[in-house]
Amino acid sequence: MKEYKTINQIAGPLIFVSDVTGVGYNEMVEIMVPGGEKRKGQVLDVGRNIAVVQVFGPTTGISTSQTTVRFLGETMRLGVSSDMLGRAFNGLGEPRDKGPNVIAKEKIDISGLPINPYSRESPNEFIQTGISTVDCMNTLVRGQKLPIFSGAGLPHNQLTVQIARQAKVRGTGEKFAVVFAAIGITHEEASFFMRDFEKTGALENAVLFLNLADDPSVERIITPRLALTTAEYLAYEHDMHVLTLITDMTNYCEALREISSARQEVPGRRGYPGYMYTDLSTIYERAGRVKGSKGSVTQIPVLTMPGDDKTHPIPDLTGYITEGQILLSRDLHRKNIYPPVDPLPSLSRLMNSGIGDGKTREDHKGVSDQLYAAYANGRDLRSLSAVVGEEALSATDRRYLKIADEFEKRFVQQGSYENRDIDQTLSIAWDLLSILPEDELKRVKRDHIKKYLNKKEE
Amino acid sequence: MAKSGNIVRISGPVVEADLPDARLYDVVKVGESKLLGEIIKIVGNISVIQVYEDTSGLKPGEPVVSTGEPLSVELGPGILQNIYDGIQRPLKDIEKQCGGVFIKRGIDVSPLDRKKKWNFKATVKTGDKIKQGDIIGTIQETELIEHRVMSPQEGRVDSIKSGNYTVEENVGTLSYEGKKYPLKLYQRWFVRKSRPVTEKFPPRIPLVTGQRIIDTFFPIAKGGTACIPGPFGSGKTVTQQSLAKYSDTQIVVYIGCGERGNEMTEVLKEFPHLQDPKTGKPLMQRTVLIANTSNMPVAAREASIYTGVTIAEYFRDMGYDVALMADSTSRWAEAMREIGGRLEEMPGEEGYPAYLARRLAEFYERAGRVRCLGSKERYGSITIIGAVSPPGGDVSEPVSQNTLRVTKVFLALDASLAYRRHFPAINWLKSYTLYTDGLEEWYGENISTEFTKMIKNAMILLQKEAELQEVVQLVGPDALPEKEQAILLVTKMLREDYLQQNAYSDVDARCELDKQYQMLKTIMKFSERTNSAIDLGVQLKKIQDLPVISTIGRMKEIVDMDEFEKLQKQIDTGFDEVSKR
Repeated sequence: MKEYKTINQIAGPLIFVSDVTGVGYNEMVEIMVPGGEKRKGQVLDVGRNIAVVQVFGPTTGISTSQTTVRFLGETMRLGVSSDMLGRAFNGLGEPRDKGPNVIAKEKIDISGLPINPYSRESPNEFIQTGISTVDCMNTLVRGQKLPIFSGAGLPHNQLTVQIARQAKVRGTGEKFAVVFAAIGITHEEASFFMRDFEKTGALENAVLFLNLADDPSVERIITPRLALTTAEYLAYEHDMHVLTLITDMTNYCEALREISSARQEVPGRRGYPGYMYTDLSTIYERAGRVKGSKGSVTQIPVLTMPGDDKTHPIPDLTGYITEGQILLSRDLHRKNIYPPVDPLPSLSRLMNSGIGDGKTREDHKGVSDQLYAAYANGRDLRSLSAVVGEEALSATDRRYLKIADEFEKRFVQQGSYENRDIDQTLSIAWDLLSILPEDELKRVKRDHIKKYLNKKEE
Repeated sequence: MAKSGNIVRISGPVVEADLPDARLYDVVKVGESKLLGEIIKIVGNISVIQVYEDTSGLKPGEPVVSTGEPLSVELGPGILQNIYDGIQRPLKDIEKQCGGVFIKRGIDVSPLDRKKKWNFKATVKTGDKIKQGDIIGTIQETELIEHRVMSPQEGRVDSIKSGNYTVEENVGTLSYEGKKYPLKLYQRWFVRKSRPVTEKFPPRIPLVTGQRIIDTFFPIAKGGTACIPGPFGSGKTVTQQSLAKYSDTQIVVYIGCGERGNEMTEVLKEFPHLQDPKTGKPLMQRTVLIANTSNMPVAAREASIYTGVTIAEYFRDMGYDVALMADSTSRWAEAMREIGGRLEEMPGEEGYPAYLARRLAEFYERAGRVRCLGSKERYGSITIIGAVSPPGGDVSEPVSQNTLRVTKVFLALDASLAYRRHFPAINWLKSYTLYTDGLEEWYGENISTEFTKMIKNAMILLQKEAELQEVVQLVGPDALPEKEQAILLVTKMLREDYLQQNAYSDVDARCELDKQYQMLKTIMKFSERTNSAIDLGVQLKKIQDLPVISTIGRMKEIVDMDEFEKLQKQIDTGFDEVSKR
């Protein structure tokens, strides 16, 4: 182990150590601050005898003469074990719950290796979340990464815990675990999650990594990687089905930008670094199912869109990597509808492989497409009727208006402890479709109409 | 002549090394773990290397060895049905070597199977004089594709023998100007340089994709270029995959450049089960996949596009029609930006390097219909279809704009169509093709001259609809005269019963040209009859209630072409009846 006292520059979270030899890229570093405090860091750039070290934690108190830097000779690793279940850790993986240190079964590099696309299994098992808008129209499957795009003040935390509480695969009793990574969220939010996990008994099957708003922002780069390393270990070594919740990815990206600007890199869009897409992909792509293992990693990252703008770089780049998105709408929230999932801009790319006969029900796809089209049409007509009045619309159009209203009230709206199974969800959907004349139901198969549509006497 | 030196500096995927006499673009092995890299800049004695693998743990002072050769691909039998990463390493063999599902570093695998014996049938004799590009023999590589082995060199055949060979064994020798050259089943080619051809021609034959909106309204020519820009969730990948599955080319090269891992898996699992519409054999037999997902090293992503297009050129040179799908070129451009940033280059627009436009143009220019190199006449083509992922779906950004300048077909994907589950979500008013004139003759000869006329009329109706919709937004549909309301009835039919196509339906996923013609004919007939009926004073309400409308609504499912005749008769009788009353 090499020790140096040769810091010659300190800039934000970065320190520059000179006259070093044999230091590796991405190597871990320990910094001894005068007064005995120890901090961690990582090598960002090394060459011509100078190493640039990114410090996890504040750089206050670090001086050019009194501080010792120790290079540990290995990249950042996390000691993992199945004993981690039921425990809470801080953003650097140290116990936070006053429990003992975890005895590591294995030490794994937290940056992870890319999964060989050839070794992946395609995700096709339906996860029932008990939420109609998700199950019917944006189905989640095992091994998928499906983010929640939210905005400040929307109930995304409530929705996240509801999914964590209710998610299950139909008719199986397989091993299930939740890995929760909090990135830069407030103490209040964190305790909301903790309370809910404790109350529902989910905590014993959960591993928590908490980086709170007042923790050092650089740690935020590490936290999701710790969570995913744990998730991968539980999934691929212990055959568990792991649901990974990460909130809030916006804070992660802010931290990324902060470090990038401290390194004086050429900024990309809105000051975020040009490599943000690649960086985010090394987080999101760590989901899936692989050959030779029963387990799976399913990811639900949450992000708040700055200014509710979907084209902001954070949601934009996320959407290009993840397999769809669940978008929360402020309009629905204002109407007091929970969960305010707007199905139109929401999407699940893996939906088609997880639904249908034998998985959910034969009519699922048709019903979902028909509801989409009907609701989209109804919403268009809503703005039209605001101008010309409802009377000017044709009889069919008025029915579309009605279906849009009823859809929001009966289908989208549900209680935060209401767990609808897929049959219940689909029967509400058929109930709604019965509002429309049968000729308009072009996207459902005719025999399904016969089988499932209850004719109502008018 | 392996030259070696030492690492001086490491910054992400960019490594600087002290390497005397290095040549630009030579491939080097970096560090103790022999990571693959390429020299992209030379300053004095210092070579700047982009490394195709993760550089964590690399230290200054570790050795760097140059292979003395630029980045190249191996071209020979065994490419088809394979799945490669961005630098042509077979992912299957990587899995074997890593012994697990993760891709470890420093894996060295050869692109072509060195052990497999191929049955080679020589088509030239000893004593024959051949030119570069002449076919010296064939191999039945898959049931669908005959692999044509081409001579890399001009000369006289000294010896050649049919038989079973591995790719490295000599099948014969060639002499030229006193020098002897061994003939092998494979050759190497530098990926950044396009393969030569005798002559390029303007495209005159359509690429039949089986997608109605494309074949009918925005046809792509064989040897042409097309781009598909669209925001996320608008169906770029589904469209690309449909084109890969159903277009009438002999070879498909599919590059997953910086995209999702699960998506590539879907292609991998699905293609072996899909049948070629003509022969019934698995589609995989004519497909090469290149998968460099977003979390795989960024430098290999940059190379993946070149690897793919070079493989495409090789099959074109055999005389095949090749379709190349690049999904997505934006990720490729971002890889350039990322590497450019690490090199501390002066950035151009939005941080992209200043050479972005040139690189994009060079790539698309490798498409075309050509007369292949060689003494016998042989024609092949490469059609390039590139997906573009503009941030926020706004095509005013540099990658989209520079792509639009070089591609001839623009298929504009529209998120609002996708929201209402109108797929393919190609916006018919914003998209365009520049091949219509060149292809008109072919359509006239092979389908019907009437078809092109109908297409123009249908397009006029769709444009009219957009205008009318604006009025409807203000005053409601009932304020329009009946004749204009009738247009809305017909265009609704066009949109729902013609333009929409279900990629997951067994019957409708691919629609042959003659069926497209019949379907459009049916709708246009309905349109004409509606017009004349309204002129006769028939109420629109009566037309709207015609039972034939719902039959038309289900015509996508028709398999037997005679049904269309019946359907068109049904339209006639329906209208005759309402006009009588």
